[in-house]
Amino acid sequence: MADKPKLAMYWAASCGGCEIAVVNLHEKILDLDAAFDFFFCPCLLDTKISTIEALPDQEIAVTFFNGAIRTAENEEMARLLRRKSRLLIAFGTCATEGSIPGLANLSTREELLRTVYLDNPTIDNPEGILPLPSSEVAGGTLQLPVFYDRVLPLKQVVTVDYFIPGCPPEAHQIWNVVAAVAAGQPLPPPGSTLGAGQLSVCHECSRRKGEKKIARFYRTSEITPEPDICLLEQGLLCMGIATRDGCGAPCPQANMPCSGCYGPPAGVADQGAAMIAALGSILDPGDCRGKSEAEIAGQLAALLDTIPDYAGTFYKYSLAGSILGGRVKS
Amino acid sequence: MTALIREKEKNVAQAAYQPRIVGFLCNWCSYAGADKAGTAQIAYPANLQIIRVMCSGRVEPQFVLQAFKQGADGVLILACHPGDCHYKEGNLRAAQRHTLLLRVLEQLGIKRSRCRFDHVSAVEGEKFVRIIQEMVDELNNKKGE
Ligand code: SF4
Repeated sequence: MADKPKLAMYWAASCGGCEIAVVNLHEKILDLDAAFDFFFCPCLLDTKISTIEALPDQEIAVTFFNGAIRTAENEEMARLLRRKSRLLIAFGTCATEGSIPGLANLSTREELLRTVYLDNPTIDNPEGILPLPSSEVAGGTLQLPVFYDRVLPLKQVVTVDYFIPGCPPEAHQIWNVVAAVAAGQPLPPPGSTLGAGQLSVCHECSRRKGEKKIARFYRTSEITPEPDICLLEQGLLCMGIATRDGCGAPCPQANMPCSGCYGPPAGVADQGAAMIAALGSILDPGDCRGKSEAEIAGQLAALLDTIPDYAGTFYKYSLAGSILGGRVKS
Repeated sequence: MTALIREKEKNVAQAAYQPRIVGFLCNWCSYAGADKAGTAQIAYPANLQIIRVMCSGRVEPQFVLQAFKQGADGVLILACHPGDCHYKEGNLRAAQRHTLLLRVLEQLGIKRSRCRFDHVSAVEGEKFVRIIQEMVDELNNKKGE
């Protein structure tokens, strides 16, 4: 046991889907277990944090860190695991870009706490009690991790060696990385993305692509798309054009538009901006001949009104890692 | 006395505030329009930092976000008039992108007045100056709110 390299997996602000994705390796998980001493994973194993703290620095060969940084505890664990690991890998889009927890960056900390603890219709909190980092109770002082102002991707807190995107990462891609590390294969330069492509989901999508002109957007419940034609051309807001490939495009192949879970493609700093650039070029506000500038603007506005939530759609998985990182103070 | 001093400090602070505007000007029309203002020696506020691009269609929304991130108070994108684009329809695309970008910017806490798109041709030096003046005035007013 002791001579096998150690593998750890930790969750910060995440949903547990990344752990499910690892379990989705199916029988390959036995190969993973044969190659590594998979000794720390709070979702699956009962190793204590004190065990990690007692390890010499750099003792863990690989740590898969999933989840974003939301609280002081998340950051503390990120720092601890960074110190103890030779390779720290941001695993899943929460860790690489903030993902769904990162959408909280559209609201302030105060707004979030107010909604969750005071304003929600199902809340019964007549004294208006809010969680505090430290509170005095009859039995002594209770401590809670500090809730940060913003959700941060892992790389904004510690140095990250590699990034594996996906919400969650596809099992075959996880296996590619595990197998490469286990075999001691040379890895790309630090800071690279592993287990994904460089291009966009369209590259892997088998739907027929023609000239794109969108005259109307539809929600997925409103139409049954043609099986072979690009969904975006049919008015479904497919994020495939602004999303990194590597997943194998399972969603568009199942008639569901890509929602962008692999984050921005290589070389793109801001997924939402890339989507705005792409969409802006293919909007078709209708016949504009002989119309005034105001009339044309009205037609364009009517077309855009059919998109329900711009930031929530274009930045669904990458708001925290985007250029502005969320809503800014004006 | 202290109230007076405070009042004075406030005035100084207000006078010191100068909105910084990053302007993306297309090479063929708007940059020439700015040049026209220069050769005609029309005075205009020094708040604009001009970046010349080959076409307004080259202005990726990423550039605008980066400008705001680095502290710009306003971003101005100037293009040829519809039909005049050197590349046929780069300006039309830029206009559509801008409309969509404004909606996202609003959700990100950046008001519409901070990101303006307009058309300036090579002969419209005066219009160029008017647009900058309007934007500076608007940003100054907003700051006071
Ligand atoms: S359906 Fe989506 S992923 Fe497929 S080609 Fe169209 S935009 Fe790209």
